Amino acid sequence: MYDTSKTADGATEQMATKFHCADVQVFYGATHAIKDVNVDIQDKTVTAFIGPSGCGKSTFLRCLNRMNDTIDVARVEGTILLDGEDVYDARVDPVQLRAKVGMVFQKPNPFPKSIYENVAYGPKIHGMARTKGDLDELVERALRRAALWDEVKDRLDATGTGLSGGQQQRLCIARAVATEPEVLLMDEPASALDPIATSQIEELIDELRQNYAVVIVTHSMQQAARVSQKTAFFHLGNLVEYDDTSKIFTNPEDPRTESYITGRIG
Amino acid sequence: MSLTLFAVVLLIALASHFMAQRKALAIAGGRAGVLHSRPVFHGLYSLLWVALAGIGALLVSATLGDWLIDRVLMGRIEAARPSMAPLERQLLLSDAKALAEGRMSSRGGVLRDQIAAAYDWMSATRNWVVIALSVGGAAVAARITYGRVSAGWRARNRAERIMLNILLAMATIAILTTVGIVLSLIFETVRFFGMIDWRIDKFILGATWSPLSGVFEGQMDPDKVGALPLFAGTLLITAIAMLVAVPIGLFSAIYLSDFAPKRVRAVAKPLLEILAGVPTVVYGFFAAITLAPALRDFGEMIGVRISSESALAAGLTMGIMIIPFISSLSDDVINAVPQSLRDGSLGVGATEAETMRLVVLPAALPGIVSAAILGVSKAIGETMIVVMAAGQGANLTANPLEATTTVTVQIVALITGDTDAETAAGPAFTLGFTLFVMTLVMNILAQRLVRRFREAYE
Repeated sequence: MYDTSKTADGATEQMATKFHCADVQVFYGATHAIKDVNVDIQDKTVTAFIGPSGCGKSTFLRCLNRMNDTIDVARVEGTILLDGEDVYDARVDPVQLRAKVGMVFQKPNPFPKSIYENVAYGPKIHGMARTKGDLDELVERALRRAALWDEVKDRLDATGTGLSGGQQQRLCIARAVATEPEVLLMDEPASALDPIATSQIEELIDELRQNYAVVIVTHSMQQAARVSQKTAFFHLGNLVEYDDTSKIFTNPEDPRTESYITGRIG
Repeated sequence: MSLTLFAVVLLIALASHFMAQRKALAIAGGRAGVLHSRPVFHGLYSLLWVALAGIGALLVSATLGDWLIDRVLMGRIEAARPSMAPLERQLLLSDAKALAEGRMSSRGGVLRDQIAAAYDWMSATRNWVVIALSVGGAAVAARITYGRVSAGWRARNRAERIMLNILLAMATIAILTTVGIVLSLIFETVRFFGMIDWRIDKFILGATWSPLSGVFEGQMDPDKVGALPLFAGTLLITAIAMLVAVPIGLFSAIYLSDFAPKRVRAVAKPLLEILAGVPTVVYGFFAAITLAPALRDFGEMIGVRISSESALAAGLTMGIMIIPFISSLSDDVINAVPQSLRDGSLGVGATEAETMRLVVLPAALPGIVSAAILGVSKAIGETMIVVMAAGQGANLTANPLEATTTVTVQIVALITGDTDAETAAGPAFTLGFTLFVMTLVMNILAQRLVRRFREAYE
């Protein structure tokens, strides 16, 4: 049903389903945070989750790579399939899943190590490079994908925490893409950044779409409209509407969506 | 007497507070913004000055009065008994004071009675002068500050400046006390080194520690003040303690901070902190009465001779004592590593163990190192456990199964021994000074290390 996506040049093309989510429920202790969410997230597409604070969009995002597992009281029910495989199946190791489904967080969180070590962290853990040369190559590729290579290639030994906010966030993106994931989850990746760094990140997201399925949670509706092809509107734990971004912002079907994007709720 | 007077001055101060505040309230007439300072500050300003003036007058006049009385009476005694030794004149004066106050005196006598009568009269006069000056000073201060209350009077700024100076004075007292202690350590150390003809090398490297054997007042034998066995014993016991405390403390901190279920943490953390509150005396007799005999029996069982006072028993117990410090401090710094770093690591597919080993511990390392060094300082300065469990004999050994002794044990032995304090003070203060220098050097080292790690990880 939602198998088309608008590309940058406006044409629509067939995209494979990356995540198939059916009847997803999330409980934080006694709180029912996510209710009956059904959504299919497509490959090589930027999908934006929008909605007012506390609507559950970040919570749902963290279900996709099982980051909610690290919270004791969180409980997830329903079906989430990645390429047809249940990510909550007992046979799936969340540690391996997270290498396939990378995540970028709201606040840039580089490790207090060198730039090189930050990017090499994931590949080293997963044994992706056999020689130092392989690792150097992986690091360079990841930094290039994150549009950071030219700025840091002469100081890979400098600490990652010494970079500017926008550079730090791109370093975190490089760290996430270094493990060659298939999906990138971004939880408000630009909310702690200034406008120039934000637009750099947005440009980067558009480029990342060629290789990955990107899911981005954002507070900014302009950002959702700028970077995404698909938009999902969450409200009070429900997925209210999910459609092409252009449709959501011009001709939403649900009155709640319309109220939100016109600024009446939220 | 002076306690009552003290209370009276404080009462005057409180009264002046209310008077000044009431006057200010009357000027304001219930409107805000009329006064520069709120009424309570007019009161506070008055209270502070009255208390300072009253108590200051009390202390100064009482001290001055005592000094003056002593001088006058000593003069009279000297006039009456020119041939008397100064120490005996002192005794006579204190006997006279005792007689005047109705206490027991060591001897009676005509001169004693005369001096006692004079003292009686003088101290009564002194008391009245002190009362007059302190109450008078307080009253004058109250009158002046009351007169100053007006709409434009900057009472808040003035009161705050007085408070600031009081805080400054307290801080100065704290610092000066420390400086005084260090100076007295240095002074006694220099005196001691003088007694051994400046053979500092013998003190540091000599292997025989028996400083009080066969000494006359003011003399020391440089061949018998070798403190090397003491330092060796201290280091041996400290090393054993750290071998116990650092791994156990650090691993328990890692478990408690990141891996323990909430319920376990809620019980285990307070329990560990209770361990930190156990008096070291208790650890000491645990070591001497329970652990040391148990070790000795165990040694017998496997055919090894372990003496019933051993560095091992003292070191193990000291290690147990230090565990809670290392674990509590490490737990704090591990917890202080932001959750976002853990998320970042977990988010690229690292396990929790890898996250701890590769991200959290390196980030927390400066804090952990300083916790360990704090533990070392604590071990070096620890006294009760080693007094009870390590032994007294200063034999130079690296064998943890034998009795050994530490710097602190020997200080205790010197000070509580039956040699007169004058003679024993020299070696004791010198050992204390050495301990102080050791811990100081270690703290500086720790800070250097921490700074280098910070540069690497921040």
